[in-house]
Amino acid sequence: MLRFTVKRFFGAIPTLLVLMVLAFTLIRVAPGGPFDSEKQLSAEIQERLNAAYHLDEPLWQQFIRYLGNLLQGDFGPSFAYADYTVSELIATGFPVSLKLGSLAMLLAIIAGVAIGTMAALKQNTRTDYVVMTAAMTGVSVPTFVIAPLLVLVFAVTLQWFPAGGLGDWRNLVLPVIALALPQIAYIARLTRGSMIEVLRSDYIRTARAQGLTQIEILFHHALKPAILPVVSYLGPATAAIITGSVVVEQIFGVPGLGRFFVQGALNRDYTLVMGIVVFYGVLIICFNFFVDIAYRWLDPRVKL
Amino acid sequence: MTMPLLELKSLNVSFAGRDGITRAVKDLSYTLKTSETLGIVGESGSGKTQSVMSLMGLLPHNATVSGKAMLNGTDLLALSQSELNRVRGKDIAMVFQDPMTSLNPHLTVGAQMSLVARRHLGKSKRDALAECRLMLEAVRIPEVAKRMTQYPHELSGGMRQRVMIATALLCKPKLLIADEPTTALDVTVQAQILELMCELQTDFATAILLITHDMGVVAGTCDRVLVMSKGECVEENFVEPLFATPQHPYTRALLAAVPRLNEVNTELNQPTDTAQRLEARGLEVTYSVDSKRFLAAAHQLKALRGVDLNLIAGETLGVVGESGCGKSTLARAVLNLIPSSAGDVLLMGESLQKLTTKQLRAMRSDMQIIFQDPLASLNPRMTIADILCEPLDTYHPNLSRAEKLRRASIMIEKVGLSPEQLTRYPHEFSGGQCQRIGIARALMFEPKLIVCDEPVSALDVSVQAKVVQLLIELQKELNLSLVFIAHDLAVVRQISHRVMVMYLGKVVELADRDEIYSSPRHPYTRALISAVPIPDPKIQQSLGFAAISGDLPSPLHPPAGCAFCTRCPLAEPRCANEEPPLRAVGRSMVACHLAD
Repeated sequence: MLRFTVKRFFGAIPTLLVLMVLAFTLIRVAPGGPFDSEKQLSAEIQERLNAAYHLDEPLWQQFIRYLGNLLQGDFGPSFAYADYTVSELIATGFPVSLKLGSLAMLLAIIAGVAIGTMAALKQNTRTDYVVMTAAMTGVSVPTFVIAPLLVLVFAVTLQWFPAGGLGDWRNLVLPVIALALPQIAYIARLTRGSMIEVLRSDYIRTARAQGLTQIEILFHHALKPAILPVVSYLGPATAAIITGSVVVEQIFGVPGLGRFFVQGALNRDYTLVMGIVVFYGVLIICFNFFVDIAYRWLDPRVKL
Repeated sequence: MTMPLLELKSLNVSFAGRDGITRAVKDLSYTLKTSETLGIVGESGSGKTQSVMSLMGLLPHNATVSGKAMLNGTDLLALSQSELNRVRGKDIAMVFQDPMTSLNPHLTVGAQMSLVARRHLGKSKRDALAECRLMLEAVRIPEVAKRMTQYPHELSGGMRQRVMIATALLCKPKLLIADEPTTALDVTVQAQILELMCELQTDFATAILLITHDMGVVAGTCDRVLVMSKGECVEENFVEPLFATPQHPYTRALLAAVPRLNEVNTELNQPTDTAQRLEARGLEVTYSVDSKRFLAAAHQLKALRGVDLNLIAGETLGVVGESGCGKSTLARAVLNLIPSSAGDVLLMGESLQKLTTKQLRAMRSDMQIIFQDPLASLNPRMTIADILCEPLDTYHPNLSRAEKLRRASIMIEKVGLSPEQLTRYPHEFSGGQCQRIGIARALMFEPKLIVCDEPVSALDVSVQAKVVQLLIELQKELNLSLVFIAHDLAVVRQISHRVMVMYLGKVVELADRDEIYSSPRHPYTRALISAVPIPDPKIQQSLGFAAISGDLPSPLHPPAGCAFCTRCPLAEPRCANEEPPLRAVGRSMVACHLAD
């Protein structure tokens, strides 16, 4: 257990480094810079700005400097949002994204497991086929198609929910659904598969021989082993929801971290983009670690 | 005359499959009285399991059942799902073959047991748990409070089956169906479980329907026996006359095929060459087992604790012992399939440990292995021809395809199959045929040594005898050396020149086969032999079961001194302190202070 924790901690370091090198290179390769604007700055001011932000140094030196600052917990100043540090921006945007993301995750797990279980119980019937075809569609259709469709139907035509912005719970409904839909579909497929396998196992046969009812068998015997694959998918699911949020926040105009990320990339706000990449990278690595711990806790046979 | 507890009237079970309808049970009728034990015997595919599954409503959806099954006047086959749920678990309970897979690995023992008590006895959670504790004590599980919070994988096989039995008896059922309840267990544990079942039957006045393939088990436990073959009842009688004067030829064949400890009907190869084929010296294998606790270091599990063996050309060495004694580890260590932590293995004088990977690969064609599960050890996506030719691709890559096929045809005839079957796939063969293919595959290398790891334990007795005979003949013809690992002492006796008994990674006794069976010197060997059920009701029922009590100690913490001292009926104080060396006593080698 301790060995596992230590191993995972040191294993995360190269992962993060590769991630940072990639992000750092990619954003620098993109044409333009943080201080490009319609109004041409004089060469002198441009130079001073570059010097002030160390943009005149060779790339590797900038990267080392960035790493050094990062180790001290300093994400640096934002280039585009004057007077804000990247840490402040993350602190503003993350709570919004966290709310959106965790609601979407919760919805995905509950709906996905329920739909998958239902399909498994009705295996090879019409219900099963309809649900699974819908799930297949859900997996295949990208968020940037679903989100505008949701807006069109529920905001523009039916006018049930607002099309965007941040206000009360009603503003959250459409973005949460848009974010959760592909995950619901995937989790439903996973649950169906594992549930079918579990229901075929010998210990379910034992439970039936003991005269337990279908409901009892489902909740006491089958559910826990059947959702194990779902638990191990939660790591990748987090990553998918984070990437999804980048698109969804943009479409619904939610001022979360995803939106900052897109704006940062468009403005060539180098430090902001790097900051969000590092922040999310660490978040995903941590979450994967917790998922493994949860898996161990759920499956008494697994040793770490 | 009193009404029978269970009365089956022309039960038919058939399955709709892709190849039409298969009739699994044909016109089966029998009766069972209160607190009577009826044994249903038959080989795999005889429909014995399907016949009871239909009573429990546990058949798959493609099954059709007709007939009547009256339990105390209620027709079980006519019940609705919810009516059936009130009967099963309460009036009829069932114990299954494999206690590992039949218990839910995700629930603690207490949790899964108490569900049953809550459903049928209408008890609160607390009362249900108390009831479960009582029942676990009744099946003689030690440290009940601790067991209740453990998961099935933390218990031994015998303990798991006790939990299954305890769960089945929770509601004091009128009928207990036991489907091969001891097949997955060691003989010593089997003896304990059978004894327990007999005692509980008297205590609870439960009728038992015992399904088994083992005539020895039937002889010791049943009042009446029903023999099934191909879905039909071929003979039904009280147990003594059935064994004494079997009427149907199938019953006679079944009885004749049962390997008996006290008689040998095989003629072994006479080794002429005394050169050592295989030698192991002080072989040790250690596994590292990670601890579940946060800061604890990994445990060292010593699976083999210094094993010596030698084998000459054309000889068979039988290896027996309970599961967990290191038999399979020995098989793998001898072939260098797993690294050994100490000791040396010599194949024809060459030390395998000193060879390079490349040299070792060249040596591999001389040493082969046959596995326990015949079907699982054949690649389902390869034809038999491909399976047999694959070794040739590795060791004789220059041979033409036609030549390879010619050799495969010769080999498949040698193991008693026909060359036309080469184009088929493994699933088209029966278990016995698959094992023949496994043997043919091992022989394609023209090996000097074959390690057989439980090669016949997954097969029916009649098939077992044939496969053993095949191995003996092949040994004579090819002068093979065999290491034959099995938990079935009777089978080992049929094939082995010498027999080695292992306990917790050590050899406790080694002797010629007749010597070890006629005068076993180690108390453990004696216990093993006396635990084997004898297929004769008169002898078996007078002897009773249960030779030694308790389970194999954890190999993580083997007892100090003699490893067997915790279960030994003769143990003296010095046994717990001083480890007995393997020494010559009479014509045997024994590791016991008290043997003489």
